[in-house]
Amino acid sequence: MSTSHWTPVCTQSEIPALGARRVRRPDGVDIALFRTASDRIYALLDRCPHKGGPLSQGIVFGESVACPLHNWTIRLDDGRAQAPDEGCTPAFAVKVEGEQVYLRSDQLHASITEMHAAHCDGAACANAD
Amino acid sequence: MNKPKLVLVGNGMAGVRALEELLKLAPELYDITVFGSEPHPNYNRILLSPVLAGEQTIEQIILNPLDWYADNGITLHTGKTVVEIDRIKRVVRTDDGLEAPYDRLLLGTGSLPFILPVPGKELDGVIAYRDIKDTETMIETAKTHKHAVVIGGGLLGLEAANGLMLRGMDVTVVHIMPWLMERQLDDVAGKLLQKSLEDRGLKFLIGAQTQALLGNESGRVRAVRFKDGSEIPADLVVMTAGIRPNTALAEKAGIHCNRGIVVSDTLQTITDPRIYAVGECAAHRGIAYGLVAPLFEQAKVAANHLAQMGIGRYTGSQISTKLKVTGIDLFSAGSFMGGEGCEDIVLSDPFSGVYKRLVIQGDKLVGACLYGDTVDGSWYFKLLREGRKVHDIRDKLMFGEGALGDAGHQGQSKAMLMADTDEVCGCNGVCKGTIVKAIKDRGLFTLEEVRKHTKASASCGSCTGLVEQILMFTAGGDFSAAPKKKALCGCTDSTHQEVRDAIKNEHLLTIADVYAKLGWRTPNGCSSCRPAVNYYLISTWPHEAKDDPQSRFINERSHANIQKNGTYSVIPRMWGGETSAAELRRIADAVDKYNIPMVKVTGGQRIDLLGVKKEDLQAVWTDIGMPSGHAYAKALRTVKTCVGSEWCRFGTQDSTALGKLLERATWRMYAPHKVKFAVSGCPRNCAESGIKDVGIIGVDSGWEMYVGGNGGIKTEVAQFLVKLKTQEEVLEYTGAFIQLYREEGWYLERTVHYIARVGLDVVKQRILADAEGRKALWERLQFALQGEPDPWFEFDKAQVDTRQFIPIVPVAAAQGEPA
Repeated sequence: MSTSHWTPVCTQSEIPALGARRVRRPDGVDIALFRTASDRIYALLDRCPHKGGPLSQGIVFGESVACPLHNWTIRLDDGRAQAPDEGCTPAFAVKVEGEQVYLRSDQLHASITEMHAAHCDGAACANAD
Repeated sequence: MNKPKLVLVGNGMAGVRALEELLKLAPELYDITVFGSEPHPNYNRILLSPVLAGEQTIEQIILNPLDWYADNGITLHTGKTVVEIDRIKRVVRTDDGLEAPYDRLLLGTGSLPFILPVPGKELDGVIAYRDIKDTETMIETAKTHKHAVVIGGGLLGLEAANGLMLRGMDVTVVHIMPWLMERQLDDVAGKLLQKSLEDRGLKFLIGAQTQALLGNESGRVRAVRFKDGSEIPADLVVMTAGIRPNTALAEKAGIHCNRGIVVSDTLQTITDPRIYAVGECAAHRGIAYGLVAPLFEQAKVAANHLAQMGIGRYTGSQISTKLKVTGIDLFSAGSFMGGEGCEDIVLSDPFSGVYKRLVIQGDKLVGACLYGDTVDGSWYFKLLREGRKVHDIRDKLMFGEGALGDAGHQGQSKAMLMADTDEVCGCNGVCKGTIVKAIKDRGLFTLEEVRKHTKASASCGSCTGLVEQILMFTAGGDFSAAPKKKALCGCTDSTHQEVRDAIKNEHLLTIADVYAKLGWRTPNGCSSCRPAVNYYLISTWPHEAKDDPQSRFINERSHANIQKNGTYSVIPRMWGGETSAAELRRIADAVDKYNIPMVKVTGGQRIDLLGVKKEDLQAVWTDIGMPSGHAYAKALRTVKTCVGSEWCRFGTQDSTALGKLLERATWRMYAPHKVKFAVSGCPRNCAESGIKDVGIIGVDSGWEMYVGGNGGIKTEVAQFLVKLKTQEEVLEYTGAFIQLYREEGWYLERTVHYIARVGLDVVKQRILADAEGRKALWERLQFALQGEPDPWFEFDKAQVDTRQFIPIVPVAAAQGEPA
């Protein structure tokens, strides 16, 4: 991790409020960057745990996003599906300084399988009720 | 810090449900103590009948095991009866002297069986049918004794009788009224029910009046004597002659009771706002409900107030009844007995055991009584609740909603006959066994819960009747009790109509205004209400209310139709389905240039380019250079036409020309749901005008106009509206009809459902009888469409955020600061 950096990706205003932008990753699935009505920024893997729908295309409300394919509701902070649906999509670290939004360079370059190992293993999600 | 104390008296379904709802809303708010007279944790009282019948065990009907109380930090006292509420000191006391202080008190004391005041009622072997103990007594007695008499042939009595018979007893049901279940069934259905129960081996004494219960020397009941002097042997007498709300505790504490503990719309007792009552003990607007769904609604509202949110209101429930004796299908709702000023429609087929009676009063369905075939029960119940006029569907009423073109579940109407592997919900591929398992494992009670957990009936809803039947037989109880009004979504209590009215009457122009005015529970709604409210705003106040793209589904934000792999489809507009070599060439070139994997001809006479990457959408639109087909939107999709009199040797009218005219006049028009038109040039109807929202059919003397057709989930044939002479008239009438739907339809309601809700007569009145009104509607549509942009080309005007098409590509990672 010592080689990891915060990489600037965009400014806050480049993400529509109650909307999202996609961030391309060289080796993996896109990251979806969300902005809530109160200007909180969240980052999730752009893939719904249900059938892989692109969450960046969903409707953002409160602290959640509704997947555009089958309307699963996914929490923006930890990527969990709202019960009774079960599943979890990896969440990424985000830093906002002033207007600037950063993601971590190692996470930008990680592949999807590593992300899954790091963020969605075992107890945290599999047993989520 | 000391938390406020909440005490629940009565460890039953309603009270514990209120606690569950409260824990969801405010898990840490209270110290909770629960008192229950029975030695058991909360169990599903409705399922005592299957336990008695040997179909389930006590363990299986426990709803909240002891662990649940412990896990939620709830102090549980079972086997303790609260005998006093001290409202001054705010403590409750039990029969063995235990005291518990409260800040809020929730009464869920339920009801008590009514015991006939006859001599011998205290003999051994005389019981009611109310709890686990009664059930166990019956099961034990059935092992050693022969003769059982059930007094009271209502719902509960028949279930008890059926269970005892299955346990091997010789059972006689004594019923003082002229037929069984007289509060739920009319005489014909009651007698059909009696016949089929007799076929199973039950005996009945109808009209018999119990005079005394006779005991033997050891004090056990041995016989029942009737007023006429006759006697029948009885080793067990079960009294099921009704229940009374259990209000003794409340009355003793000076809380006002009148056939139940009188509560307000917030479930607070009207005497003491610190004290709440829910369930069978509570009388709300004069009614004490005995069915599970209303109790759960009450629990939700009480919890909302206990959680200090203070926004829920309970306004009463309308209820219907089903009997849970396996193999007997029975449904009733409303004033099924009819009477003065009522008309009956009756279908009676004694041979196949089917009887249906629909009661109509003042052109509205006011009651229904179904025996043997109940699959349409929920539809009748809906008509009854909504109070919609029925004369336009009167001839079809008896045959049910599924009489035409229902698809997706193999034409099944009896859930009980289906195998576990049979598919119930064809949309989501849910089999009967999956639904049964979910209901059992997760303790589901309502249709909504089944929809959430299994997705069954959650899409098109055509299998709702079947799912309700399965719920009925699996979980017992009554599930078709429904709120009198249906909220738009979980964020609000307002209905679609109330939202529409508020926007119009209060001149609301933004979603935030609507949410503030109507007291939305969530800061910015959800994916259900935001698109609806956005549509209501822009359709009510065109050119005034501003469209909010972030409140639209992705398809209407990216102006293409999202596919399962996240790519999009592009369908350019071809007016009336006519295209040209130049257009086809441009399409072909774009397909090559952007490697579009599939090209398909649609049912609406358009060409569909599937698998377009989002990044390519703008370029594909530009290269093709054709208008947006809106095939992704709740908007006018297509006008399908046949070639008409220009070419066809049978054609009587130029349908293609009229189709093009119609399409140019109404495209870019957003609506509550997708809208499809068709124009056929002769009654051979090659453009399938009979299954379109507006279908025009050319005849030699002009045009026939049909409305409300639908070729989707349920094939619905369009209804004839009017015969017209000229193209101009067709434009005006079609425009006026569709504007009426745009202004008054509910979001996601197709024209067929809109017409079903308001009645074709309303449409005829507004479009045919009221010429001024028709012209005004047509003008309002033209006004709304004035300057409406093409979202494929006029991005700014259409508020298309083009940033969505371009992904962010971060610059080399190394440039940032260390994490």
